[in-house]
Amino acid sequence: MSEFFAMGGYGFYVWGAYGVSFALLGIEVFLLMKRKREAQA
Amino acid sequence: MTAQSIKWFWYASPQTFFPLAGRIARAAAVLAGIFSLAGLYVGFFLAPTDAQQGDVYRIIFIHVPAAWMSMFIYVVMAFWSAVGFAMQTRLSAMMSRALAPTGALFTFIALWTGSLWGKPTWGTWWVWDARLTSELILLFLYFGFMALQAAIDDRRRADRAGALLAIVGVVNIPIIYFSVQWWNTLHQGASVSFTRAPSMAATMFAGMILMAAAFWMYSIAVAMVRVRCEIVESQ
Repeated sequence: MSEFFAMGGYGFYVWGAYGVSFALLGIEVFLLMKRKREAQA
Repeated sequence: MTAQSIKWFWYASPQTFFPLAGRIARAAAVLAGIFSLAGLYVGFFLAPTDAQQGDVYRIIFIHVPAAWMSMFIYVVMAFWSAVGFAMQTRLSAMMSRALAPTGALFTFIALWTGSLWGKPTWGTWWVWDARLTSELILLFLYFGFMALQAAIDDRRRADRAGALLAIVGVVNIPIIYFSVQWWNTLHQGASVSFTRAPSMAATMFAGMILMAAAFWMYSIAVAMVRVRCEIVESQ
């Protein structure tokens, strides 16, 4: 398991790329849902 | 007038498009979830470690699909801008506005993941080569489009100004795409093209295509929800 997260020594780069990307997509969805609720209110 | 074109104009009205957009958004959101789980599984568990780069190459599964989406969304945004400019349909301008933030987001993701890939493989986070620079210009075009829309109070004038910027900016898309052929760039050439077999293992290719499908569906879902917000807010 820890070997998987180490990514052959490139864990910082791989998880930095995936983590930030999916976090940003999540933020976009969150903001959009907020806008949707406010638009319908 | 044929039945086909009647239906086309029927959906050009925001009110009739509203429920359809909701159904498309739900279906696309479900598919985005399925494709991304499949893509991540293939990318992390089935695709082998690259002989030259090691595991850092796995950034490709978001980097390349995000870069594709960044360019494709811009072309679609410019298409709807052109339609809105020529036909004065309200829905097409709304479509352009709904796409811009997601396009900007994928452009940023392409740059961010590229930077994290560049550091261990090229030894630098950033280089002013043609591919990276033209992709950065794409990000500024998206920002310019959104800023211009926000800066003009009159909706129709904002749409026309934004449409002009979007249409003129399309010139940047072939520059991004062909930059690796036209100039000597640090960025590598295309791994996938329409004319020859992909230069990578089948599982790597499959992971990339699945993630591209996931981003595609995500973009459709988000743009459809956002266009529904635009419709509600315009009333």
